[in-house]
Amino acid sequence: MSYRFRHYLKKNKHFYYGLYLQVINRYIICQGYNCLTYLFSEFNSITDVYPGRRPVACPWGPVSLLKALIASTLILLCILLSACSDKPSNYPHGKHSPKDNTYFTSFSEQPKTLDPAKSYSADEAIFTAQIYEPPLQYSYFKRPYELEPLTLTKMPEIKFYNIKDQQVTLDKVEQVAYTQYTMHIKPGIYYQPHPALEHRELIAKDYVLEIKRLAAPWNHSPIYGLMAKYIKGFKQFHDILTQNKQDQTSALLQNNISGVQVLDKYTYRITINGYYPQFLYWLAMPFFAPIPQEALKTELDWYPVGTGAYMLTKNDPNSEMILQKNPNYHDEYFPRPEGKDTEKFMKYTGKKLPLIDTYVFKLEKESIPRWHKFMQGYYDQSGVSAEQFEQAIVYDQYNQPQVTPELKAKNIQLQTDIEPSIFYLGFNMKDSVVGGNTKKARELRQAISIAVDYEEFISLFMNGRARLAQGPVPPGIMAEGRQALNPYVHNKTLADAKHLLAQAGYPNGINSKTNKPLVLNYAAVTGGGPESRAQFDWLRKQFAKLGIQLNVEATHYSRFQDKIRTGNIQLFFFGWNADYPDPENFLFLLYGPNSKMISGGENVTNYQNPDYDRLFVQLQKTVNLKKRAKIIDEMITIAQKDAPWVWGFHQQVFVLSHGWLSPRKLNSIGNNSLKYIAVEPEQRYDKQLLWNQSKWIYFLIGLSVLFLLILPAVIIHYRKERNAPKRY
Amino acid sequence: MSRYILKRILYVLPILLLVNIITFFLFFAINSPDDIARAHLGDKHVSQAQIADWKSAYGYNYPMLINKNKQGIAQVTQTLFFQKSIMLFTFHFGISDSGRSIAADIKQRMWPSFALALPTLLVGLLLNITFALLLIYYRQSYLEISGLILCIVLMSISPLFYIISGQYVIAKLFQWLPISGYEASFQAWRYLLLPMIIGVVSGIGAGTRWYRTIFIEERYKDYVKTAQAKGLSEVAILFRHILRNGMLPILTGVVVIIPSLFLGSLLLESFFGIPGLGSYTIDAINQQDFAIVRVMVFLGTLLYVIGLLLTDISYSIADPRVRLS
Repeated sequence: MSYRFRHYLKKNKHFYYGLYLQVINRYIICQGYNCLTYLFSEFNSITDVYPGRRPVACPWGPVSLLKALIASTLILLCILLSACSDKPSNYPHGKHSPKDNTYFTSFSEQPKTLDPAKSYSADEAIFTAQIYEPPLQYSYFKRPYELEPLTLTKMPEIKFYNIKDQQVTLDKVEQVAYTQYTMHIKPGIYYQPHPALEHRELIAKDYVLEIKRLAAPWNHSPIYGLMAKYIKGFKQFHDILTQNKQDQTSALLQNNISGVQVLDKYTYRITINGYYPQFLYWLAMPFFAPIPQEALKTELDWYPVGTGAYMLTKNDPNSEMILQKNPNYHDEYFPRPEGKDTEKFMKYTGKKLPLIDTYVFKLEKESIPRWHKFMQGYYDQSGVSAEQFEQAIVYDQYNQPQVTPELKAKNIQLQTDIEPSIFYLGFNMKDSVVGGNTKKARELRQAISIAVDYEEFISLFMNGRARLAQGPVPPGIMAEGRQALNPYVHNKTLADAKHLLAQAGYPNGINSKTNKPLVLNYAAVTGGGPESRAQFDWLRKQFAKLGIQLNVEATHYSRFQDKIRTGNIQLFFFGWNADYPDPENFLFLLYGPNSKMISGGENVTNYQNPDYDRLFVQLQKTVNLKKRAKIIDEMITIAQKDAPWVWGFHQQVFVLSHGWLSPRKLNSIGNNSLKYIAVEPEQRYDKQLLWNQSKWIYFLIGLSVLFLLILPAVIIHYRKERNAPKRY
Repeated sequence: MSRYILKRILYVLPILLLVNIITFFLFFAINSPDDIARAHLGDKHVSQAQIADWKSAYGYNYPMLINKNKQGIAQVTQTLFFQKSIMLFTFHFGISDSGRSIAADIKQRMWPSFALALPTLLVGLLLNITFALLLIYYRQSYLEISGLILCIVLMSISPLFYIISGQYVIAKLFQWLPISGYEASFQAWRYLLLPMIIGVVSGIGAGTRWYRTIFIEERYKDYVKTAQAKGLSEVAILFRHILRNGMLPILTGVVVIIPSLFLGSLLLESFFGIPGLGSYTIDAINQQDFAIVRVMVFLGTLLYVIGLLLTDISYSIADPRVRLS
């Protein structure tokens, strides 16, 4: 055998091994089939010989028992061999090969829709953000987050106009009546291959069509209400379509939004009311991605059509979703890293995106199987759930999280990031006891804020995976303003809290007027699990430190929402995830006119402070970064003093990655970062083989144990038979 | 017989109606149409007008039982109950609140459920009956006592423990089979084997004891004594006579669940990632998708009633003394 031939065989050994097994399989299947045919012919011959006799206990009789055994063994072997391949026997991804340039991951919640006009949840964004391309995206490396063009030639041209349609500059921002955003699309961007499209180029009309779809009443877009406030003619367009008698597609195409215009094939313009700089952030979300007119007749809920780096080639939310590289994807290259990232990412700089060919998402509802598969190397990346925390993470002497030695031995890397979110204990400011702007009410809230120790909560219930909040804005997005410690809580003792409580009129938790203990009601959304019960007990203890009795009212989420809406609530736990990385997106949660009870807005505590509200309006019209920072500081100081929330915590995300994955810059705001990840499949395959060597010896041990267990029964059976009276 | 079957089919209608009414009230006692709308539109930036629009688009804007704004029959037909529940009797399952065809989803998901439930039932039945007969065979020996203790131990362990330890030992420690997953092909057996083994093992304790009780009752009947007097071997008496006569109560338990096999197993499917109907209902409850919940409850009831009917028919086949009238 020549060296070349031997080398060829060695190189393709897995293929030939598979081929060999297939041949063996087929041989055994044929043999099994022959044996079965023989077996049935034996059975038929018995019934032929003894007509009328019905074999009950052993239909094939003692003669063919051996053949039956052979047949069943062969069938069993055939089944077992059908599992044999070049993959480990516990390989869970079926026909997807670990040697391909594929990324394996899981999803736990089925997406409800993949239509960019309707989809608003993180479970859906992981798919839509890869398929659809809004005009802008977040820079992969820059922090604080920064926007950059995605399908545009440059950032949008922004012009401001006063009420007389005269252009004004930003130093006269208070005169701005409306703002125009003009977008120039890069020519030569094409949609993914799709039966409804014939090598279709992206044009400005597609972006305009999607904005119309946001206003279409039948789409029930979650951002319709917000956009109706800003985009000119948006609501009127919605009203026209509501009264429309034509079919939906014609109505969409024949009517126009006055504030959204196509200027030429590659240019479009959006006009919004007033000055709203945060509008740019919305232009980085799939809501503003293009939809080609030809796709209107297709089911966009489940068959998305985009220009993004990936296209959905399998959509089975009950089991598996597959994203494959879009062959028509426009030229985009791995960006140049900055600062401390340079060394880690330099290797990928300038490579054409996307780096991975296929993403396989498997539905995995339970955390235990998901974790085991990650540890076996079958999932490339994993989060860390509470159940697996101790197996995965240890804290070093500097209280920094590190992977455990077991994970370190597998070359598993840990990355952490603070999520742009906040979770807090809210006081209903309309409540007669805890609410209101009086000094006493404020002192009561401040006392509770000191007593409730969220640092302890983070340690007890979150394995330390959160950062204590000092105000409403998370640290990751504080581009402007400071992140100062809350002077009303930080370094305060329980004695201070008791003193404040006494000043509020409740010495030791007793109402000085009525002489009755202070009882507060906490509306808790509960699934009834043991952990939530433990958390309620913990919360009761926090209030008990001050002598306050906390009554926990377990409520179903829908009932809880009702209580929030009607203001029939005293204390509750709530949270907010950022839409975009701007402090405004958190500060508006305390803006008076956004009160849930008054306007159905997002200010769920119904907090109203004229100074805060004035500053918020001022913030929206302030361009200068230093001035903005000053206003934000003042607003946070007011909120800290009034304490409408017990500032809870900002969650921290922990991500574990196998060594064969490229480093990843975590991004909690932009979701389209899958195109930047690379994988080394050969290394993964080798590790999978190494970590998953089936221990068949235990199968033999199990069989032997079973035999030993059966043995006494067999012995007793023969004894019984021997001692049985003779039959005649 | 056909008259009896017809009569039983007619009984099904009021049962289905009653179950529909109960499901309807239980579901809407917890979730108002506003909540369902909110669950689908999300919590952020959603106004009351948008909620009203959504309810109107998905037919949740009707009054519950009586529409006082309408006249005549429309007072009943233009209601949430009629629109959402009564239409099921025409077998038009419609689309879920998230826009997917429920019939298509059920059609797709019933087969993985069936592929897991049928072998689990058959193998479980075979093993349980065999073990029960063996316990009778070794009656009043230490083998019977050990067997009974083992059964009690097996019965006392939570199914969740079997699942987690089965996954840990077989899939993680010994690495014989995948921990979870599914593939719609011949290779599906690789994913179904472990949940099937766990399903069978977790049912052995209770099943064996139940069948043993049935066979013990038969064991002391006169015909067994006659067979013994004739000199038949113990094995022949057990497997030929006692088994056959004990089949009647076994049929009651087995035939009734055969149609429901398509509805799958909630725990096993969820832990082993099998895309069956077992997790479909619970997902729908979590997502407040009433469209799916009502269809699944309707189907569950219908299949159970069909199971009962099949049981009655199988009675008459298994025991000629039973006559349906």
